[in-house]
Amino acid sequence: MSALSERPENPSVGVAIPHESASAHVSGLAKYTDDLAGRAQGTLHAYPVQVPHAHARITALRTEPALAVPGVVRVLTAADVPGVNDSGIHHDEPLFPDEVMFYGHAVCWVLGESLEAARLGAAAVEVDVEPLPALITVPEAIAAGSFQGGRPVMTRGDVDAGFAASAHVFEGEFEFAGQEHFYLETHAALAQVDENDQIFVQSSTQHPTETQEIVAHVLGLRSHEVTVQCLRMGGGFGGKEMQPHGFAAIAALGAVLTGRPVRVRLSRLQDMTMSGKRHGFHSRWRVGFDAEGRLQALDATLTADGGWSLDLSAPVLSRALCHIDNAYYLPHVRVQGFIARTNKTSSTAFRGFGGPQGMLVIEDILGRCAPLLGIDPITLQRRNFYADGQTTPYGQPVNQMTRLTTAWDQVISNGDISARQREIAAFNATHPHTKRALAMTPVKFGISFNLTAFNQAGALVHIYKDGSVLINHGGTEMGQGLHTKMLQVAATALGVPLSTVRLAPTRTDKVPNTSATAASVGSDINGGAVKNACDQLRQRLHEVAATRLGAHAHDVRIVDGVARALGSNQTLEWNELVKAAYWQRVQLSAAGFYRTEGLHWNAETFQGTPFKYFGHGVAAAEVEVDGFTGAYRTRRVDIVHDVGDSLSPLVDIGQIEGGFVQGAGWLTLEDLRWDAKTGRLLTQTPSTYKLPSFSEMPEVFNVSLLADVPEDGVVYGSKASGEVPLMLAFCVREALRQAAAAFGPVGTSVELASPATPEAVYWALDTARNRSDVAAYG
Amino acid sequence: MAQGTPESDRSLTLTRRQFVGAVTTTAGLATTGGSASATEDGVPVSLTVNGKHHAVVVDARTSLLDLLREDLQLTGTHKGCDQGACGACTVLLDGRRINSCLTLAVMHDGAELTTIEGLAEGGELHPLQRAFIDTDAFQCGYCTAGQIMSGVGCIREGHCGSGTEIREWMSGNICRCGAYQNIVAAVQQAAKES
Repeated sequence: MSALSERPENPSVGVAIPHESASAHVSGLAKYTDDLAGRAQGTLHAYPVQVPHAHARITALRTEPALAVPGVVRVLTAADVPGVNDSGIHHDEPLFPDEVMFYGHAVCWVLGESLEAARLGAAAVEVDVEPLPALITVPEAIAAGSFQGGRPVMTRGDVDAGFAASAHVFEGEFEFAGQEHFYLETHAALAQVDENDQIFVQSSTQHPTETQEIVAHVLGLRSHEVTVQCLRMGGGFGGKEMQPHGFAAIAALGAVLTGRPVRVRLSRLQDMTMSGKRHGFHSRWRVGFDAEGRLQALDATLTADGGWSLDLSAPVLSRALCHIDNAYYLPHVRVQGFIARTNKTSSTAFRGFGGPQGMLVIEDILGRCAPLLGIDPITLQRRNFYADGQTTPYGQPVNQMTRLTTAWDQVISNGDISARQREIAAFNATHPHTKRALAMTPVKFGISFNLTAFNQAGALVHIYKDGSVLINHGGTEMGQGLHTKMLQVAATALGVPLSTVRLAPTRTDKVPNTSATAASVGSDINGGAVKNACDQLRQRLHEVAATRLGAHAHDVRIVDGVARALGSNQTLEWNELVKAAYWQRVQLSAAGFYRTEGLHWNAETFQGTPFKYFGHGVAAAEVEVDGFTGAYRTRRVDIVHDVGDSLSPLVDIGQIEGGFVQGAGWLTLEDLRWDAKTGRLLTQTPSTYKLPSFSEMPEVFNVSLLADVPEDGVVYGSKASGEVPLMLAFCVREALRQAAAAFGPVGTSVELASPATPEAVYWALDTARNRSDVAAYG
Repeated sequence: MAQGTPESDRSLTLTRRQFVGAVTTTAGLATTGGSASATEDGVPVSLTVNGKHHAVVVDARTSLLDLLREDLQLTGTHKGCDQGACGACTVLLDGRRINSCLTLAVMHDGAELTTIEGLAEGGELHPLQRAFIDTDAFQCGYCTAGQIMSGVGCIREGHCGSGTEIREWMSGNICRCGAYQNIVAAVQQAAKES
């Protein structure tokens, strides 16, 4: 075990404790960004002018009528920008555009004394446009050759030879939908110029540093003139990684121009029509299997729907390519990726970040091909698992397959899979209008930012003279329990009770140059940095204690706030130790830093070791489908997940359950519909965009953590848990496919739309039901 | 020519939950506010929130939610969708749960409200608040106030006979983090204690 992974005596990590804000949450006292608005005096409200055209050139923008509206203070337009008129990092997202790129694009913002005044002012702004041709769907964009960004290719082996040697070759197409984040807290920012002329922005952001950078470049300032703070978010899920910057910039620009605090808080309608979503993808594939069903070759083209700007589409696409293998060994591979440019909101990060999309392609392929091969899907999946020592198509060695196979076996035994499969067969044989099915999913998900440089983090830890400890780190809290874990890490590293440590809000003037809280690595990298700072402090305190206890510093242990020397009964209380250190002029503050070791990535050749390790999980789901309506319910779900040696078991189990639910939402309920003619988002409210609710929960939902699997080289032996479980929900989709197939003759291969809404399931089962012959090709 | 947000797109939708006096129109409201009368500045409303009396003058179109958040600075009640579909804004109105975004403040002159800030008594958490901590029934916390207020209503209404019944009667409250399993457990735990 490395020093980073090893746990000391009686650690705070690993204890199942409530979320650090638990008491505040249940009392209504936990503050979110927009809750702070009432604390500022004379706050102005901002309201966007959204243009209802998918693509149009602005020929005139008349703001004077808005200024005539009582209570309107100012209209913000491109002419007001002292710096760069840009809200993105690729300089392709003007904050105030002169060309409307999607239906609902905001072209200017009105500031008012009240939200009502700003709203009426926005309605009074006159925008003349010349409509331009628009591309709404991915197939339209492909046909028009409308792409943006790079076109990565991942290859291994000789695909043509692989196909030549295959006993069965199949091909197909699959287009699947994106997903609206629907964080319950919409985008919010509150900006003011503080008493020191510093621009201070409170923002609901997963990436305070980038929000700071965008605000600074819009204002024409340097980063040290802008401070961004994020108390917490009411959900992020990736939707606040890149998207908050422009809203923060609007608030900051308004504050600078008016000298008053400015509040931006999107309505749900504005949020859904203006902010980016998960990428939908189009895929075209050809796959070869040997006679026993072992994958021989895969040739695929993935086209991500990037929307109107590049945003994070390039790294999302990279991650999609890097996850098309999921847990399966593909000897010969050629996968090409494209990013379509369409006139829709800019697709962005969403939990899994392309990984789910890549994996959905291979799981869909296996689900469709299993009946054609005449092999049970669970057998087909298991037969294709990597063996340790094999490498991924991008060249990273796979060496923890025993964890995945152990989890697989545990799900099979804990979930009583064989017996239930027999029960399902008996049930289906006697129920012509209702069918059940059970499917399993393995998940192997790479942990680290694909871009190596982002895998760094900082922390700042202070010990005050009274012994109390205050920690800061670069990560943000969005409900994933990062702050809870960081408190546990600090308490463990210092050897003090949890109550000794307090965590201060994430701010760019405390920890600079942070990476987004994303890619599931929040606790890995920030935990590494917090531990590093605490280790420095503890080392110093060991020296102080050593002189007091008459021992060598190496023999000092601090446990539960008491220092002792090995082999001695003499003790020194933490508070006394800290006081002594102060009087000896020992520094009681430390900055911590962490960089993930062992990573390298060549984006040109698409080869390297981009991931520190793989997260693993296995799930099984049983569904029941009604043959008259396609309506279904999930009868039971069993999950075994590998989170290493958990830093905080309640947090991790919550992430697994919640990730699964959110993944099932993406795959079965959440149906983003865009008007193909106008480009208008049709499902722009929760009344038409169906979110997972209590009603869709599995009737039985068992989640357990894989035991005794500490991860070497990661903070206290833990592993990431944020994104990985989302993909476990593939088993729900595959079970629905199999249930639909059960309405047809044995061996029916079913094509199932994604999301597999009851309507989609109905059409799939109806197609299966109407087949008289068994599919036989390949 | 385009003007502002396409407001016609806005849809106000009731959840499956039973609503108490919710309306989606502002017509004639100035006369519904009890004995108070409208002025140019707005309509006076007097209500008791968490045992404390408040007399304010508000625009007749002010939702109960905005009154709480913007006028009374009770920000513990959250705005998730502002159209009655997520339940984040649930409060107790004269003891019954209601989506505060879907009802107007002026309709409730003289009413007694309980919000999440007023649920604890004498510094002692309500059993459901404790149960939410015990069962880890939240992640980001944004829906929590609404879940708890709705859960209190659900328990009072006697809809906690089984997990299935709780799921049905709590179905108007969305948790995007997906903590449903633990929320059901919390409601079950508190229901047993009450």
